[in-house]
Amino acid sequence: MAVDTPSQSVAKAAGDSVARGRSRGTGKPRGAAKRSLSTHWYAWAMVAPVIVVIAVIIGYPLIRGIYLSLTDANERNVARSIGVNEIPATYEFVGLDNYTEALTGNQFLSTLGWTLVWTVSCVALTFALGLALANILNRKIAGRSAYRLLLILPWAVPGFVSVFAWRFLYNQDNGLLNKLLAGGGIDAVPWLNDPTWAKFSVILVNVWLGVPFMMVALLGGLQSIPGEMYEAAEMDGANAWQRFRHITMPGLRSVSTTVILLSTIWTFNMFPVIFLLTRGGPGEATQILVTQAYKFSFEVSPRDFAQSSTWGVLILVLLMLFAAVYRRVLRKQGEVW
Amino acid sequence: MRRGIAATALVAALGVTLAACGSDSGSNGGGSKGSGELSGTVTWWDTSTVGSEDKVFKKVAEDFKKKHPKVTVKYVNVPFGEAQNKFKNAAQSGSGAPDVIRSEVAWTPEFADLGYLAPLDGTPALKNSEDFLKQAAASTQYKGKTYGVPQVIDSMGIFYNKKIFKEAGVEVPKTIDELKTVSAKIKQKTGKPGLYLRGDDAYWFLSFLYGEGGDLVDAEKKTVTVDNAAGVKGFKVVKDLVDSGAAKTDATDGWNNMQTAFKDGKVAMMINGPWAVADTYAGKEFKDKANLGIAPVPAGSAGQGAPQGGHNLAVYAGSKNLDASYAFAEYMTSAETQATVAKELSLLPTRQSVYIKSDVATNEMITFFKPVVDKAVERPWIPETGSLFAPLVTEYTKVLTGQTSPDAGAKATGDAYRKLLKDWK
Repeated sequence: MAVDTPSQSVAKAAGDSVARGRSRGTGKPRGAAKRSLSTHWYAWAMVAPVIVVIAVIIGYPLIRGIYLSLTDANERNVARSIGVNEIPATYEFVGLDNYTEALTGNQFLSTLGWTLVWTVSCVALTFALGLALANILNRKIAGRSAYRLLLILPWAVPGFVSVFAWRFLYNQDNGLLNKLLAGGGIDAVPWLNDPTWAKFSVILVNVWLGVPFMMVALLGGLQSIPGEMYEAAEMDGANAWQRFRHITMPGLRSVSTTVILLSTIWTFNMFPVIFLLTRGGPGEATQILVTQAYKFSFEVSPRDFAQSSTWGVLILVLLMLFAAVYRRVLRKQGEVW
Repeated sequence: MRRGIAATALVAALGVTLAACGSDSGSNGGGSKGSGELSGTVTWWDTSTVGSEDKVFKKVAEDFKKKHPKVTVKYVNVPFGEAQNKFKNAAQSGSGAPDVIRSEVAWTPEFADLGYLAPLDGTPALKNSEDFLKQAAASTQYKGKTYGVPQVIDSMGIFYNKKIFKEAGVEVPKTIDELKTVSAKIKQKTGKPGLYLRGDDAYWFLSFLYGEGGDLVDAEKKTVTVDNAAGVKGFKVVKDLVDSGAAKTDATDGWNNMQTAFKDGKVAMMINGPWAVADTYAGKEFKDKANLGIAPVPAGSAGQGAPQGGHNLAVYAGSKNLDASYAFAEYMTSAETQATVAKELSLLPTRQSVYIKSDVATNEMITFFKPVVDKAVERPWIPETGSLFAPLVTEYTKVLTGQTSPDAGAKATGDAYRKLLKDWK
């Protein structure tokens, strides 16, 4: 520290917040932080922009969201400055009122119910289909790479494009699906106009979108299982089902646990499929938690920022709980994750 | 020392980047200061029907340049269904908002209440304002100030395909009961459904609600009326129309499905307003314009009633070019422009003086709709009027798709309104 050059202070300024961040995490005495700063200041300076960006794009909205969920903020009482009109904020802190309202009211729980049905059925179906396809494509069949390419297509097309395409297919009067059915003498199906059919339709699209990811991930897992194990099992007289049950499944565990966790989180928050296909309709039949939170914030009038944030925070809490429980279960089974 | 230089350079680079982010990007100002000549850019958000109306409006808007050569008009068509929220988002954040917006009549008091609109009293925007129809001007007023210039006024009627009617040998229904028998006969003779009823937009529900003597709210008595006996009956009527097969409906893509079905002659009737005329004439069934018939909406048990609607041009309070925006709003609502629009699109003018022009006075659609508008049901122009549709459409769709009963649907709507309108009965 004695050889402090004039520029040292500048360097400190750049890494300042970072040093504090680290010392909070490790709980080391201040001396250690200082020493770390003086030896690794350049590294700190290099990561500083990333940390600043993350703090700005993740930290700030998160804290602001939590704060708003504790107020009664809506479109009418937030601060706005429009040209000559300066309107100050008049919303108030209301404590946990929004949470009590959401958790005791009917709407949140019924939406949560459908969100769970949606998540479980989507993840289960995509996983089953992905596993089946991965197993098929892991064999040596003619045109294997062509099949792989085709099956990955839903993933390669931007999500909103395929969802719009599905919307056209589903159209009750002019959609291709109903035209095909009519050719077979079947009456038009109200794909998106009947509450039950709409639920089925959105799940179908999400499964279609989700299968490639599952398939690719599981195919990778399958290829890492050594072929000798199958040979040995065959020698011992194990049939196909036994080989699948006792070699393939355990061999895939590390991959499948991860993809199931990821897929659950993604599906739980799968905004575009629901929003672009049905906007949560008909009525509110296909509304999941995120689309309903969006509706509060952007579609109802006056836009209800407080309630929307409340739902957002509740979604975060639910997913964190899920991840924690999932992790614990896996750890009990001896899985390192 | 080398270290020091590097660090300084890094910090300087960061500083420059941050400064670049923070610099003011919006400076398309201009205005009339000094020379008295208008200049700059005016961005206009139009919400008219894409594919038919938008072409005419775009051309008319860009012709503003002929009068004010230094002003550039940026025409943006925002789908009607999204415009209300899109404008509120942009207006509140202060970035990306237009200078002038085509604001639906129910949105105008809401935007004004939120402080997003510039008051227009005493500005050039309100030239010859005594010429405006009283009904059209009503929605532009909020707390004693004027926040919009009436651009078009409208109501609803039954559009019917004369050819199909002739084929089935039926007359235009005047009441809901007649509508049901006519629909049944059309179905029997031609196999086509009688009426297309939009199930994804509650505006199409209003004439049935009014027909039973119901209304959304009673602003004078500060009472929510949508869930009273007449309101419940309104819900029952539409549900019955759909259940009995007299009307076909959709919970998604209603506008496109309705227009496609009607234009292709796959359905005999639809309820619609002047905004659909230009688009309908583009359909293959209506190459011969005479095939399109129009009649008042069928009367319910309490009489006949259609909603009065329309659009105003409103100026964003945060506009950087207020003077040119006022002039643009005036130009777009002038008698001359309205006459052009009326002639090309059959939209109803808001100025009395336009109705006596020969082109307009002989337009079949306008001569039909003018008396309809005169006795159309006016909604209360309170800020919350723009908020009444979101809860209504959810319940309306639920009723039509059988997820809830008419009674429960009406009640849920009423409860949502009472939450919205504090202290109302």
